[in-house]
Amino acid sequence: MIQYRVLPGPEHFLPPSAASMGICLPNPGEGHINGVIVPEEKAYEEAAKQFLMAKVPTLFPGPLVLWAWNEKAAKKATAIRHLYNTLKECVQPGQTPMLIPMPDYRPKYPKINPEVEINPNHPNLTIWHNKIDCCMFIGVHCHQANLSLKIIRGGTACYTMAMCAQAGHEDAMLSFRDASVEKIMKLAEWVKKLKGTVQPQLTSAKSRASN
Amino acid sequence: MADTHSVIGTKNKKGQTFTDTWKMMNEAPRTPSFYTGSEVIKEALRRASCDVMIAYPITPQSEAAALIGELFAEGYIGDYFRGESEFAVMSQCAGAAFGGARVFTTTAGPGTMRAMENFPMWSGARLPIQMIVTCRGINSPLSIQPDTLEIAYLLNTGMLVWHAETAQDFFDWILMGYMVSEEPDVHLPLALCCDGFFVTHTKDVVNLTPADMCLPPYDPYRSPVPCMDMECPPVRMMRDPFVMKSNYISYATHASWQQEVWAAVERSRKHTIKWLNGLIETENGDAEVLIVASGTAVSQGREAIRLLEDEGIRCGLVKIKVLRPWPGEELREATKNAKHIIVPEFNVTGWLAKELKASLPRNERVHAGPHVCGGMTMPPEIIVSEIKTLLGMHTVSMASRG
Repeated sequence: MIQYRVLPGPEHFLPPSAASMGICLPNPGEGHINGVIVPEEKAYEEAAKQFLMAKVPTLFPGPLVLWAWNEKAAKKATAIRHLYNTLKECVQPGQTPMLIPMPDYRPKYPKINPEVEINPNHPNLTIWHNKIDCCMFIGVHCHQANLSLKIIRGGTACYTMAMCAQAGHEDAMLSFRDASVEKIMKLAEWVKKLKGTVQPQLTSAKSRASN
Repeated sequence: MADTHSVIGTKNKKGQTFTDTWKMMNEAPRTPSFYTGSEVIKEALRRASCDVMIAYPITPQSEAAALIGELFAEGYIGDYFRGESEFAVMSQCAGAAFGGARVFTTTAGPGTMRAMENFPMWSGARLPIQMIVTCRGINSPLSIQPDTLEIAYLLNTGMLVWHAETAQDFFDWILMGYMVSEEPDVHLPLALCCDGFFVTHTKDVVNLTPADMCLPPYDPYRSPVPCMDMECPPVRMMRDPFVMKSNYISYATHASWQQEVWAAVERSRKHTIKWLNGLIETENGDAEVLIVASGTAVSQGREAIRLLEDEGIRCGLVKIKVLRPWPGEELREATKNAKHIIVPEFNVTGWLAKELKASLPRNERVHAGPHVCGGMTMPPEIIVSEIKTLLGMHTVSMASRG
């Protein structure tokens, strides 16, 4: 039996949830890459590499960090802005970091404006429109994050990552758990550390992930 | 906002200490007590830091529901009231859970069936409500007697489904159940089932944790969906039903939503194994004849094994504690050497045997039976007789018992 791996798509008309294919979430101190449990340090390095390789590395902050509904959320938002600024400083010409919010979860009809937002019910529209090849969800409620991650994996070639404040996301290609201000700042440090050492790739995320 | 960990060691209004649940269940001293299953439900609830219990009378859970009313009067439950029907109760439970409360209810038989529409709704909305199901007959003509058919209907609702054998299971699993179902990667309702009367109305020695210890409170802000706190901005996103729109995106989103519910069932596996020490238990696992059962059929199986041993026939036992998530891998391992797998059940359809046949290799080994239902008891002798018949041995007919 072939071991299922969480890889960039497009995977299937209706891809399975990674959990149903035997992929488990990391324990504290761990992350996962493509469904394989790794030490968290390895996840930082890989996440920074994926950002620096991508043509359009994008952060998708969700409602949990878009509103200053508690002190921690406000601090996280500042850290996310720092990570975004760090990405802008560290990428090379031709790479375009983006920061696109997921302000709420309501389905919107006839459709969202993909230039300014992402929606968990049709996240692929934002991915396609902005040609996003690498993204990270931060501050999105876990249920909606998993919906988005699976739909993106089903229909796009985008490399997905999650900086989850709870137990992590096996439907992402790379996931952290127990996200904190410190972890977001640490990821920014890793991006700085790897600046100039990673060659941006014009190939798809799918081929990058299988390298 | 509640922070589960910061309250450990502090006291609630009844003077109980919020205690780390692992320590409370595994390290705290236990006091042997002689209680009925219904009384045990009450004692577990006393320690569960439950916010809301909603009741409706239906045999055989009525006594437990009434006893929990006493707990409310004593100040151990945040709120308690009677719904207009089981359907109303389960809807009201949803409302309380949407609002961020730890919710408990009890039901049985036709009540479970009447409320059925709510259960996939609970799962889809990721509400970690705990529901005790004291199983009884569901079909006409009316029967209030033990019968586990209603469990079959719960298996595909997206709820976690556990099947307790004893009152001790009940006490421990009510408390542990909240720990599993409230994990943010799970966050699903739990149907904690038992065989009505056999467990609820018989007395047994149950080892209770100290009454002055209780679970830490539920923290709704760890929920995977926004809780309905009208004071906090994240709540402003409600769950608009995309089913109201007819297009590909709506269908695909709903499909992914369903997959996510079942993914959460899968994720509960890790937590359930930790708290329940496995999804199954085995005795004499290397025997060629295995009884595989859940609920009180396990107890009858144990007695049958003792009778068979007296006759020199070695037989093993697999107790299935958890039906959802289904312990397929564990069962394949536990039964790999068995030549005969006997599945005694308290229902007419043999749903457990069907589940086993669907997940075990060489499923011709699975023998569906003996079955009893409608309130009949299952004398261990009929299990013995069934096994001896399977083995080609002479056996005395049990028909005269009927």
